[in-house]
Amino acid sequence: MTAMRRFRLAGAIVAALVWAGGLNAAADVSPEPKNWSEVEAAAQGQTVYWYAWAGERLINDHIAWVGEQVQARYGVTLEHVKISATSEAVSKVVAEKAAGRDDDGAVDLIWINGPNFAAMKENDLLFGPWAEDLPNFALVDVENKPAVLNDFTIPTDGLEAPWNMAQIVFYYDSARVPEPPRTAQALLEWAQANPGRFAFPTPEDFLGATFLKQVLVELAPDQSRLQEEASDFDFDEITAPLWAYLDVLTPNLWRKGQAYPANSSELRRLLGDGEIDIGLAFNPAEASAAIAKDEIPDTVRTLVFEGGTIGNASFIAIPYNAAHKAGAMVVANFLMSPEAQLDKQRPDGFGGFTVLAMDKLSPEDRAAFEAQPRGVATLSPEELGAHLPEPHPSWMTRVGKAWKERYGLR
Amino acid sequence: MLARFAPALTIAILIGPVFAGLAGVLAPAFGYLPALGRSELSLDPWRALFSTPGLTQSIAVSLFIGFGSTAISLAFVILVAAAGEGTRAFALVRRLLSPLLAVPHVAVAIGLAFVIAPSGLVFRIWGGWLGGPQIPPDILIVNDPYGLSVIAALALKEIPFLFLMVLAAKPQADVERSMMLARSMGYGRVAGWLKAVWPRIYAQIRLPVLAVLAYGLSVVDVALVLGPNTPPTLPVQILKWINDPDLSLRFQASAAAVLQIGLVAIAIAVWIALEKIAGRAGRRWIEGGRRRWFERSAPIAASVVSGLYGTAAVLAATALLLWSIARGWRYPDPTPSSYTLENWTRESPRAAELVTNSLLIGLTAAVIALVLTILSLENETRRGERRRGWQGLELLYVPLVAPQISFLLGLQILSIWLGVDESFAAVVFAHLVFVLPYVFLSISDPWRAVDPRYRHVALGLGVSENKALLTTRLPMLLPAVLSALALGLAVSIGQYLATVLIAGARWPTITTEAVTLASGGDRRIIAVYAVLQMLLPFVAFWLALAAPRLAFRNRRGMGVS
Repeated sequence: MTAMRRFRLAGAIVAALVWAGGLNAAADVSPEPKNWSEVEAAAQGQTVYWYAWAGERLINDHIAWVGEQVQARYGVTLEHVKISATSEAVSKVVAEKAAGRDDDGAVDLIWINGPNFAAMKENDLLFGPWAEDLPNFALVDVENKPAVLNDFTIPTDGLEAPWNMAQIVFYYDSARVPEPPRTAQALLEWAQANPGRFAFPTPEDFLGATFLKQVLVELAPDQSRLQEEASDFDFDEITAPLWAYLDVLTPNLWRKGQAYPANSSELRRLLGDGEIDIGLAFNPAEASAAIAKDEIPDTVRTLVFEGGTIGNASFIAIPYNAAHKAGAMVVANFLMSPEAQLDKQRPDGFGGFTVLAMDKLSPEDRAAFEAQPRGVATLSPEELGAHLPEPHPSWMTRVGKAWKERYGLR
Repeated sequence: MLARFAPALTIAILIGPVFAGLAGVLAPAFGYLPALGRSELSLDPWRALFSTPGLTQSIAVSLFIGFGSTAISLAFVILVAAAGEGTRAFALVRRLLSPLLAVPHVAVAIGLAFVIAPSGLVFRIWGGWLGGPQIPPDILIVNDPYGLSVIAALALKEIPFLFLMVLAAKPQADVERSMMLARSMGYGRVAGWLKAVWPRIYAQIRLPVLAVLAYGLSVVDVALVLGPNTPPTLPVQILKWINDPDLSLRFQASAAAVLQIGLVAIAIAVWIALEKIAGRAGRRWIEGGRRRWFERSAPIAASVVSGLYGTAAVLAATALLLWSIARGWRYPDPTPSSYTLENWTRESPRAAELVTNSLLIGLTAAVIALVLTILSLENETRRGERRRGWQGLELLYVPLVAPQISFLLGLQILSIWLGVDESFAAVVFAHLVFVLPYVFLSISDPWRAVDPRYRHVALGLGVSENKALLTTRLPMLLPAVLSALALGLAVSIGQYLATVLIAGARWPTITTEAVTLASGGDRRIIAVYAVLQMLLPFVAFWLALAAPRLAFRNRRGMGVS
């Protein structure tokens, strides 16, 4: 047994590993979205790795359905890479760039918005512009849903395509809370009277962070200031009402704020288990779907605050080094199609609201949307009202950090 | 031929990745990682690390979990082993504990959470049948800031491990004759066992005990399910930093990974110091000559804690099974109001994919580990080395004692650099590091126990070495080979960190899925994956037991006991 042989063996192993890693290469040259038939042709046979938050089973089911459809229609295989936070996918692309992997990247498509989009855009980690050249983008309601072009105030610039609308709703068990609070202040008073019966997810989760922003926006002396980047200059002043609010609320939270639910589905489970009476969701149809699955009592209803609640659009983006850009665009275009949007909005499914403009659809498609029933606990578009705009992403990042220092350590 | 370099390769796989991984975090911990555009040494990562709010708490709770779980598990094992020596109940405990060893940590953690949470099974039984509160009490049990629920889950898992280690050490501790001697000198059963037997057993299980200590200090998956999050334990914090898109946090994470190594090293040093103190005190106690020591109460206490253990295990398994077939189950109903198989049928496509991944990775890693182990042992046999305890036995514990989060982070950095991250080969390799020690430990004793004359006779009849191995000893060792394979598979199935750090989200397994779901999700679906986690290793062990019976049904001399 010579040292030489040992060395050669090690070399062979490394070579084998490198070879195995290179198998899924076969990158395509950047396709041109303006020439759509070429994109569709290039997409044929590609496998698209879509890194998408997988914390909600009904959304996962919808993504699986999309996978079947694009396979049958365009010969594109969709792999839903299930992650628990979008930052995992961003982190992956960043690491690849650092390692010099500028083509054949692992991530083809990311479900993204807010600070993650802002960070990727700023660091030139995105492919595009492409989104506004997709055939189905013409159907998107850019006039009445400004959020589809401005992601947390940051212009999308065609670097991401909208596929879902979301808005904060509070849900409550009407059997236990006949007169639910309808403002942030009323919620605080209710929590003081009913300690331990309200919870929001940890602000490390986007829903928890959005609750903080809801209170921030509702209590801020000047809402327009939140549309601009946060700065040291007035951060303390603008956020002072939020901290005053949380100082009172936190000891009255579920578990006195010593533990927080991880995400929306755990929060919902707490209501299902009778641990809390009021929670919140970013999907207005979530409570209805949970009732249908016997997860929460059928007496649960939803509401929005009197001053409105924060809403936004969810997007899909393609990393600059994606291996299968054509396939990714075909999937994105299908996600914006009336058919996919209709399936997404099914009350017994995901329930996510459409990004499309009804008056841009064909009469048949419009009729199909209008005929779609609404879940028992879902508010109508009129009741939901116009949503409050998201603050600039820097507020979310900084408020999250400041929250952690103030309340994240017990 | 092949057998000759097997030992070197085995050692390389055991310690190579650990040291490569540690080197992989050491450089970035001091600011050096050209891939991220930094090639100047600096202490910035350390400054950033030590200015993290809550770091002291994170460290303290990690240490508390490590020492707490080790002390409780060890005390339990000593108590039950001392009080139960030679009794019939002892054999029963042994039979009941063995299967628990195969259940992955995550499944145990999830099962425990389903039992002890304020809306868990215990409070449902209390509220539903015994007139307790009709809404779940608002108390912090799961995710408690002291990590007590993590300690409980770890103890449930480590007790069977240490117990089986004690049993394995007994033959070399000469238990029966020692006990006979002690009893003849008037010592009670408990005092006699503690004074005459335990010191010799402990000397042999020191490494497993240290592995338990290091594991508790560094555990990630159980802490993700049951651990505190205001702030989390240090290893969980490291994982969060790794997944953050802010790449500068990777330097901080690397520094924390080095700190984690330091913590484990200090903890081991402290434990060894405690051993010395306990050894000295124990010697005085032994020499004191007291013949009786809690002879009456120790067996009672042993029954009580065993009963408690059994109850917890049964409740956890029951809760998982019930939830996996529940439709509606409102608090405080002690049982579901309606049942359905829909949870299983709806999850079956996803579950099938994950089970396939788990089995592919697990079987590949286990088979490679088995082949390497057998070749190493065969090499030892052919060279006539009959050292008691293999020369590299201590090395087997290197991957089990080194903090996983630390060297796996380094391996992740290396695998991205090599461009092999997320490949099947890289995942299998990472699993192999953890599978190999268990496979080796499991098969080396039976291997060395085979009478060498079988080989001599075979060689004397003129067959080659290889044929002698394949036609005589391997068939004789089939039960041991198969149970080593099953153990290797079970170990691989339970791997969380090695899978997520090396495979990303590309090779999801039932274990990564269970952890993802457990930190927030529908109990009914969590239960499906936890039950699968329990079932797979059970099936593997059952097959390992059944196959030799089937293969040797016409060989009277090869009967399997």
